[in-house]
Amino acid sequence: MPKDHGIGASPKRREDVRFLTGKGRYTDDIDIHGQAYVHFLRSDVAHGRIKAVDTSAAEAAEGVIRVFTGADFEGVGGIPCGWQVTDRHGEPMQEPAHPVLAQGKVRHVGDPIAAVVAETYEQARDAAEKIVLDIEELPAVVDMKAALKDGAPKVHDDLTSNLCFDWGFVEENKDAVAEAFDKAHHVTTLDLVNQRLVANPMEPRVALSDYAAHSDESTLYTTSQNPHVIRLLMGAFVLGIPEHKLRVVAPDVGGGFGSKIFHYAEEAFCTFAAKQLKRPVKWTSSRSEAFMSDAHGRDHVTTIQLALDEEGHFQALRTDTHANMGAYLSTFSTSVPTWLHGVLMAGNYKTPLIYVNVKAVFTNTVPVDAYRGAGRPEATYQLERVIDKAAREMGIDPVELRRRNFITEFPYATPVAVEYDTGDYNATLDKALEIADVAGFDARAKASADKGLWRGLGMNCYIEACGIAPSALVGQLGARAGLYESATVRVNATGGLVVMTGSHSHGQGHETSFPQVIADMIGIDENMVEIVHGDTARVPMGMGTYGSRSLAVGGSAMVRAAEKVIAKAKRIAAHLMEAAPEDVELKDGAFSVAGTDKSVAWGDVCLAAYVPHNYPLEELEPGLEETAFYDPANFTYPAGAYICEVEVDPETGKVRVDRFTAADDFGNVVNPMIVDGQVHGGLAQGIGQALLEACAYDENGQLVSASYMDYAMPRADDLPMFQVDHSCQTPCTHNPLGVKGCGEAGAIGSPPALVNAVIDAMQRNGRDVTHIDMPLSPARVWTAMQG
Amino acid sequence: MPKISMKVNGKTMSGEAEGRTLLAQFLREELDLTGTHIGCDTSQCGACVVHVDGVAVKSCTMFAAEAEGAEVTTIEGMANEDGSLSVIQQAFQDHHGLQCGFCTPGMVMSAAALLKDNPKPSEAEIRDYLEGNLCRCTGYHNIVKAIMAASGQDVGAIAAE
Repeated sequence: MPKDHGIGASPKRREDVRFLTGKGRYTDDIDIHGQAYVHFLRSDVAHGRIKAVDTSAAEAAEGVIRVFTGADFEGVGGIPCGWQVTDRHGEPMQEPAHPVLAQGKVRHVGDPIAAVVAETYEQARDAAEKIVLDIEELPAVVDMKAALKDGAPKVHDDLTSNLCFDWGFVEENKDAVAEAFDKAHHVTTLDLVNQRLVANPMEPRVALSDYAAHSDESTLYTTSQNPHVIRLLMGAFVLGIPEHKLRVVAPDVGGGFGSKIFHYAEEAFCTFAAKQLKRPVKWTSSRSEAFMSDAHGRDHVTTIQLALDEEGHFQALRTDTHANMGAYLSTFSTSVPTWLHGVLMAGNYKTPLIYVNVKAVFTNTVPVDAYRGAGRPEATYQLERVIDKAAREMGIDPVELRRRNFITEFPYATPVAVEYDTGDYNATLDKALEIADVAGFDARAKASADKGLWRGLGMNCYIEACGIAPSALVGQLGARAGLYESATVRVNATGGLVVMTGSHSHGQGHETSFPQVIADMIGIDENMVEIVHGDTARVPMGMGTYGSRSLAVGGSAMVRAAEKVIAKAKRIAAHLMEAAPEDVELKDGAFSVAGTDKSVAWGDVCLAAYVPHNYPLEELEPGLEETAFYDPANFTYPAGAYICEVEVDPETGKVRVDRFTAADDFGNVVNPMIVDGQVHGGLAQGIGQALLEACAYDENGQLVSASYMDYAMPRADDLPMFQVDHSCQTPCTHNPLGVKGCGEAGAIGSPPALVNAVIDAMQRNGRDVTHIDMPLSPARVWTAMQG
Repeated sequence: MPKISMKVNGKTMSGEAEGRTLLAQFLREELDLTGTHIGCDTSQCGACVVHVDGVAVKSCTMFAAEAEGAEVTTIEGMANEDGSLSVIQQAFQDHHGLQCGFCTPGMVMSAAALLKDNPKPSEAEIRDYLEGNLCRCTGYHNIVKAIMAASGQDVGAIAAE
């Protein structure tokens, strides 16, 4: 029987009622009396020298309050990068300035040049058309390898080249890896592209800033996954506002997928302008603007090589990747192709020697940063594609080849710096094979063939590192932040609780799942627990939600704070029952003394804490509220096996996903319904990448996929019903809930299965096709079929 | 600016609008009905679907002035009279058919229009009908399931509950 409450149950989401009745409160739904509106004039060329910006006509236009340009920000800090990568020679990365509004040059289509603040949006937009720009267009660099050639136009004139860094990992292994390749029985090589994507949360970004002159306090309402991080970055590095004078609120946020982690120029602009103008300033992104100003994702070009012995045992792996940074370094951009990618190259396998080389490159394109999975989809795609290719080349069943190389003993220290605490890769693979009904494939293939369609089956495994991260470790690796999480558990006098968490929900359902944990710990009804998140004035500190870290890190902080609350409550209960605190037990919402019939209810203890008439005041302070900061000891390592079946139409090259199975090990699961939903969404984004989506630039740096007319978002009729399972559970060994995180798995694990399935369909039908780059559009698939 | 009146969720409401003001904008900014969302500027995403004289329309494809005198239903008008969730809304909650909630108003309005015309749609018919409503969170699985359930069909056999 499924549980009906607490950990493991699937209560209906309490946040749904407001969303289903139109009562959600997203940032754009907030208006402040007297607010002005800003419209950004953005560059329509990819690279150019700003010779003059004449704003006089715009400033004279109706309703215009002020027009800002880069010159207004000369004494102001730039948008910072949060992670410094050290290159293979021990040198720091090249780190260009990133002004709030362009200064001197524009470096990508969408780079903001001027900002018009007016009484209405329409007036701001109309006035922006009156700004006269004199921009000398410069040759643009779009292709990464071309950008690294001698004499290539430089994105940043003050840097030595377009190379941000040349990273080797593990550099000391390089020669040993080369030697293993020299001796290998078989080497499989694969060139592939992990194409640029746009996260596309359905809610475009919004920033609304208010300034109180009497107290010199700024308040920013913004569409963010981590308001405290924005407060720190914007306050300390850009605008010089101390944190006690700056409040950042991220109310209901309509999806993020990584793109709302980063601190953006528009947030800093609104906060700066509100203070200058002494008026609230609001910006709402249009979708077209979002395509050219939200950080993009992926964009890696890779050569991967796998060395195997005669039996197919992996001997060594090496990769050579070019990673596009775009024109500036977004907040976590540099960590994505390095520490979120290189450390995953062992995958689920015992490969003894690994060397990863990543060249990060500046180009005249929108900055690239974390998008659902962030580095781990890129790692998984390379690895699981090259394994599939190796299996075909060596005539070994791809399932068997993977099993032969699985890590089976834990903890397992990989040659790429991480230690997997636990896992069972055969279990998830067995489960996936069972659910996917692989045994029935031949019959389905025949049925497809009868319709003139080619059926293919592809699979892959994946592992990811979530719950980022041990602060001391990431500090060594270049992170300029700690990656703990905080929580305050406040118990009210009548027994209800409020949990203030630094995690942020933008669809994940924390308001429902976090109370399940507290309810279980105390033995009370979930409805006695309320979750507060997304406001720096109400939550002590927060590193936010990304990297599938909410429950693993934020939930752990909540558990630690609740443990402190319970420990204090037990002392109060002990006093009330005249017993020793160590003899007091808490169960089903009541404290009792072992071996006696003494009992006191949770609510009575809470009341005593706030009405301390009969209370050990000499030992304990009144009140019942505790805060905890939880810094994880290790990453968590969710893993699983995914199986995809496709039908390919040989007449048109169109691929239809017919079946998709995901068997994941997320450790313990608090709310299975929410976990299923997270996997579904991840799968849709992974299938979207494999089949449909591509953010495309032309050779001049024009963004040619800048709307939903051109960027192919997965729609309801592009996807099948999914078969998902998370019954294989090896609980995380180092966090109190034993949870691993589930938010990104679907996006990480699904692209290789789909591509492997299409290649399988080709091979079964006599086409010697070994690779097609994503997205597998009809044109690409049809062309590949022609041989 | 001209004044425009329409009957919204059963109440006559009016506000000012320029000729270029879209119905979506008018609902949000003039009438404070912020449940109708704007997720794109090319009439692709469907977050702004409302019913105008009983027909589902993307309210970003209509000028406010075109809706003068019309009967408009928005997500704020979809609950039962006692405030409880309607069958479709309840099915979305029961089957986890929403995550961030941003596309949800448009999904519910589209689903209501579909079920009015086709009370027992198949999975394929639902997917086809929702082609104009984008969701980035759910992968549509639970939305499709919720709409089937709202139409009274047994969804117990659909995988991955």
